[in-house]
Amino acid sequence: MIIDDEYYENAVLTGTHLLMGNYAMAEGCLAAGARFFAGYPITPQSECAERMSERLPQCGGVFMQMEDEIASIAAVIGATMTGRRALTATSGPGFALMQECMSWAALLEIPIVVGNVQRVGPGSGIVTLPHHGDVTQARRGGNGDYEIIMVAPSTCQELFDLSFEAFNLADEWRVPTVIMSDALLGHIHEKVVIPSADEMRKRLRLRKYTPDERLKFAFTQADKALENFEITPLPIIGTKYFPWWIASTTHSTKSGLLTENAKQAFETIQIKSYKILKNEDKIAMVEKFNLDDADVAFMAYGIPSRTAMEAMNICRKEGLKVGFFRMKTVWPIPVTELKVLMEQVKAIIFPEINLGQIAGEIERYACVDGKKIPVHLIPHTSGLHTPSQLVSKVKEVLS
Amino acid sequence: MSYIPIPKSPEKPEHPLGPFTNTGKLTGGLPIHLFCRGCGYGAVGQAITRVFVEENIDIKKYPFIVNVGCYSQMPLVLPGDCFMALHGRGLAVATGIKMANPELKPISIHGDGDLLAIGTNHFVHACRRNIDVVIILLNNKVFGMTGGQTAPTTPTGYRATTAPYGFEEEPIDSVELAKACGATYVARWTTANLRQFMKSFKTALDHKGVSLIEIVSQCITYFGRKNKMAEPIQTFRFIKDNAITIQQAKGKSPEELKNKWIIGEHVNITKPELSEIKYDLIKRHGGKK
Repeated sequence: MIIDDEYYENAVLTGTHLLMGNYAMAEGCLAAGARFFAGYPITPQSECAERMSERLPQCGGVFMQMEDEIASIAAVIGATMTGRRALTATSGPGFALMQECMSWAALLEIPIVVGNVQRVGPGSGIVTLPHHGDVTQARRGGNGDYEIIMVAPSTCQELFDLSFEAFNLADEWRVPTVIMSDALLGHIHEKVVIPSADEMRKRLRLRKYTPDERLKFAFTQADKALENFEITPLPIIGTKYFPWWIASTTHSTKSGLLTENAKQAFETIQIKSYKILKNEDKIAMVEKFNLDDADVAFMAYGIPSRTAMEAMNICRKEGLKVGFFRMKTVWPIPVTELKVLMEQVKAIIFPEINLGQIAGEIERYACVDGKKIPVHLIPHTSGLHTPSQLVSKVKEVLS
Repeated sequence: MSYIPIPKSPEKPEHPLGPFTNTGKLTGGLPIHLFCRGCGYGAVGQAITRVFVEENIDIKKYPFIVNVGCYSQMPLVLPGDCFMALHGRGLAVATGIKMANPELKPISIHGDGDLLAIGTNHFVHACRRNIDVVIILLNNKVFGMTGGQTAPTTPTGYRATTAPYGFEEEPIDSVELAKACGATYVARWTTANLRQFMKSFKTALDHKGVSLIEIVSQCITYFGRKNKMAEPIQTFRFIKDNAITIQQAKGKSPEELKNKWIIGEHVNITKPELSEIKYDLIKRHGGKK
C-alpha cells in the first residue's frame, strides 16, 4: 500500500483534542494513510464525510461525493485496486445497498474499509439514535459464504485507534473490514489523544513484498488440509503485477482465472472463509476484566461496554463476583477465548443494543462437558442500558 | 481455464495481431474466443488491439474495466489487463481508479443493458463529472448473456425472449443522454464502420475528459433469430441499412428517424477534467493542517 510521506505529517493531527466520534473516525483513517474517500450523505455519518472533504486535500487525498452508496463502495474498490488505502462510510440503509459489493470484495480479497455509523432500523428507523442492527448484516449481508473483520470501538479515543487498526487488519488479512460505530458514539465529543507522526508510523504495519512474491499468485493459497494460509499481496492495477484477467466470478485458487469446476470452486470458497475463521485467535481482540474468580460475566461489544464496565464496578463494590469479557472485534467470533471463558463462569449476561444478534452466536460455544452455560440477553434500542438494569439482572441470575 | 480448449499448436494461419492478445500470448499466436457465430464483438476486440499495436501505445496506462455481459469474454481478445466489475458498476470503479491514480486512464467496456438499465445512474454522473475515462458501449439491442431479453435499446415492435409479442417500450438514445449530461466526446459507430471506430477510439484515448463511443453490433443468436434475421448477413445488413450519418439525419422528421441509429462524431469539446481539479486542490491546500 502506498502512503505518501510528504503529506503524512499533516494526516496525523498530533495533540490532545475534544473530537466528535465521527471526526475521530475520520482522523483515525487519515492517520492510517487513507487517501480516498467516496461517500453518500446519510445521517448520522455526515460529519465524517464533511471532515474528510476538508482534510483530504490537505493530506494529499481525494474526496468524492458519489451518486449513491453502491457507487461509493465500487469507487472504493477501484481505488484500493490501485494500491491506495481507501474507505467509505455510511449507515444501515446505505450499508444494505453495499452488500453486493462487499461480497465481491470478499471474493477478490480486496482490503476495503467501510465505516458503519449505525442507526435504529429496520427501514429508515430513527436516524439520530443508536441501534446495533447491522452486526449480522456485516457478515452475512452479501450473497455467498464469506467472512469479514468488524471492529467495535466504545469511546471516541477507541474510534481513532480502531479505525487506524482496521486498515492494518484489512491489509494483513486481505479482507473487507467494517468499523462499527453508531449514532450515539458518532456524535458525542470526547478527549482524543493523537500521538506524533513517528509514533503512528510505527503502528502502520505495512508489509513490503519482493517482486517475486508479487508475481506468484493473485489470491490466497492454502495447503491441502486448509490449515496454513499464505496471504499473497494484492495485485495492483497499472503495474506488471496484475494478472491479465481478474473476473468477478469464482476463480480457481492456483491460476486465479475463472472456473466452472466444482472442486476448484469449493476449494476457493473454503479458503476465503477459513483464512479468517481458522486464524481467529490471531485476529480477534478481546479485553478481560476480573474473570479469575468470577461467577457471572458481562459480555459486550461497542458502547454497552461502558455500561457493563460501570455495572461490574458497582457489583464488585457490593461484593458480587462479576467479571467482564469485552469484544473489541465482533467478527470473527473469538472462539478460543470464549472456550476459556466458559470454563471460568457459570452464566453470561449480554447487554446488546439489538434483539440479540451476537448472543445467538455465543450460545453455540456456551457449553462445557455437555453442561450449558446460560447466556442472558438484555435487548435494548435507541440508547444505552442503565447500569442498574445490569446490576439487577446479575442479582436475579445469582439468586 | 477449465472449459476453454487450448490447442497444442496453431492449426490456422497466424493473424498478425494474434500474438498481442491475452490468449495469443498463451497459445503462441492463436487467440481464443467464445463468441457466438456472427457476433460483432470479436471484430471490436480486434479493432481495439489494432489501435494499441499500430500506434505503439503503452497498454499498462489503460486498464480495461470489463462489465458483465457477452463481452465479459473480451479479455481473451484484448491486449491489456482487464478487471471485471459487477453488473452496471464499472464507471464507479473507473472513477475510483482515476481519482486514486490519475496517471491511469481506464477504458470501461459496457453493454447496453449494463450502461443504460442498471448503470444509468453511474453513466449520468460520469458524464456530468467529465472524468478521464473512455466508455465503450457495445449495443447489441438485447441482454445477450442471460438469454436475449429486451434491453432499453431494443427497437419498438421487435421481438426478444421477454417480448414474444413485440417490444412495447421506446428505446433510449445513449448519445442524447450523454449530450444532456455534458459529456465532452460522444460518437456512435456500428460494426460496419470499424475503421471510423478505430480513428474515434484513438481520439478518445488522447481526449482529456469523458468519451463515449457506442458501437451498434449484431446479435444473431437472440435478436437475429427472434426477428427473422437468423443469418449473420441479415442482421448485419439490418444494422447497416438503419445507420444514417449526422449529415443524412439533418432535416429528417422524428417519424423518419424512428428506430434509426445516427452514426458519427456528435460532440467533441473541451471542459475542465475532474481529476485535474481534485489534484489542483491538493496543490493549493496540501500541507496545511
